[in-house]
Amino acid sequence: MTVIDLESYEDALATYDPVMGLEVHVELGTKTKMFCGCSTELKQDANSQTCPVCLGLPGALPVVNEIGVESAIKIGLALNCEIAEWCRFARKNYFYPDMPKNFQTSQYDEPIAYDGYLDVQLEDGEIFRVQIERAHMEEDTGKSTHVGGATGRIHGASYSLLDYNRAGIPLIEIVTKPIEGAGARAPEVAKAYVAELRELIKALGVSEARMEMGQMRCDVNLSLRPNGTETFGTRSETKNVNSLRSVERAARFEIQRHAAVLNSGGTIVQETRHFHEEDGSTTAGRIKDNAEDYRYFPEPDLVPVAPSRDWVEELRKGLPELPRLRRKRLKEEWGVNEHDMQSILNAGAVDLIVATTDAGAPSDQARKWWMGELARNANETGRSLDELPVTPAQVARVAELVAAGDLNDKLARQVLEGVLAGEGDPDTVVEKRGLKVVSDEGALSTAVDEAIAGNAAIADKIRGGKVAAAGALVGAVMKATRGQADAARVRELILEKLGVEG
Amino acid sequence: MPGITREEVAHLARLARLELKGEELEHFAGQLDDIIGAVARVSEVADQDVPPTSHPLPLTNVMRADEVRPSLTPEQALSGAPAQEQQRFKVPQILGED
Repeated sequence: MTVIDLESYEDALATYDPVMGLEVHVELGTKTKMFCGCSTELKQDANSQTCPVCLGLPGALPVVNEIGVESAIKIGLALNCEIAEWCRFARKNYFYPDMPKNFQTSQYDEPIAYDGYLDVQLEDGEIFRVQIERAHMEEDTGKSTHVGGATGRIHGASYSLLDYNRAGIPLIEIVTKPIEGAGARAPEVAKAYVAELRELIKALGVSEARMEMGQMRCDVNLSLRPNGTETFGTRSETKNVNSLRSVERAARFEIQRHAAVLNSGGTIVQETRHFHEEDGSTTAGRIKDNAEDYRYFPEPDLVPVAPSRDWVEELRKGLPELPRLRRKRLKEEWGVNEHDMQSILNAGAVDLIVATTDAGAPSDQARKWWMGELARNANETGRSLDELPVTPAQVARVAELVAAGDLNDKLARQVLEGVLAGEGDPDTVVEKRGLKVVSDEGALSTAVDEAIAGNAAIADKIRGGKVAAAGALVGAVMKATRGQADAARVRELILEKLGVEG
Repeated sequence: MPGITREEVAHLARLARLELKGEELEHFAGQLDDIIGAVARVSEVADQDVPPTSHPLPLTNVMRADEVRPSLTPEQALSGAPAQEQQRFKVPQILGED
């Protein structure tokens, strides 16, 4: 393993200006592949979802998936792109067994969407506009398993095994124009862009865009030029950076690596690089073929796509509220600050909180449970919030029980714990576990009398006007009732019995 | 008319994974040159007003509904494979050692 020299980030930025290009591939959530009727369901038996078209058998003819085209147009419109009046598919020829056809059906110089932008919000609230070059339709490749060799990597493998279930699943590739002017914030811009794009794709309903499932993958192209100059430096292309955090790390690493190479008088080689999740580094891959080496030519088996303006306008009308604007609206409705909103977003809790308020809970309660108890459970069990076996309606019911005084927070946590453990809905858990707040005044009164008798010194202080000391007695009562008392009512009783005004 | 060079043929051969000997490179360079020259005569006839044709029929927007159709069984899919393992197509080493 060769050690890669890195310049410190600050020193790199003192001398150089980073320019980035981001290419994001989104696997669409269509039921079938882009050019044939094979199912796109994940995790099926190897080679159980193939046909003559996606296997590239002689005589097979592809036909494009209508929803694939529609999704591409929706993405283009949401990215403020022009939608082509007429465009074609192209064959991208290459020799690699991940496509049995020996080419990938893609689009070349006639993308369906072009010239757009996406505004992204940085952590301090600044809006950065990322220009979009194009979004085009293509298809995913098969999955290779490399056998032999030490690490399962392609190098040193003695042979490879191919599963073509994924070959032909619709992909939309979204390419930015060179992102200039981000300076030291380039890695942050890259992350914010991919995050915003993911939210947008989800809001459009065209893909679940789960990066950990490979439904959204990012290539980070990066070059440096000396500060104050215009000409772009040579770029490296870091492939398959598949989490938001990794996008930021990869950009940062490449800035530091490029700077070290350039400062030592070396030159950057245009190459693809592999990103390593473990330490955030990149290593050299293959030297990139030139575009002409792919010998692109118009796909003769697919007729041109010419979306009517009526169709495009109809799709435009159906676009959802943009995620950034929706977040801004929710932030105001919920009365939370930017930082808390960011945490909610990072936790993947926005839609769950909305659904919980739709089910009748006040937003502060919805936020409290999803971002508190449930986030903690999700974290501990390595699940995302939406994977937890609890519904927004159940969370709303818990909030309702608290508001009615039937549960206090401590009991509510136990109820949620029960729901998560599969003991049933909140009312069932309350019933089975006997979690009702003790509202029997007689029992409470007795408990309060006992607490006063057992803590005479504190009781005297309270009688003397030190109302704050009542907390200790409340604690004693709560302990005695194993947390099942309404703390506010206990406090009232204590003050009442000691003849003090609350 | 500029000729197809021996270097260009060697480059194409590499992309197409064809192993060509020295005299074959010369031979094909000449042949390819003749073919491209013949095809190029079309552009002498077609002026700016004639767009390049990629499809002979004036069709657009041939699409299918997003409905699942039966796939081949894995056995059928693999029936033409020269080699297979674990229900997958087995292919020779893709890259050599680093």
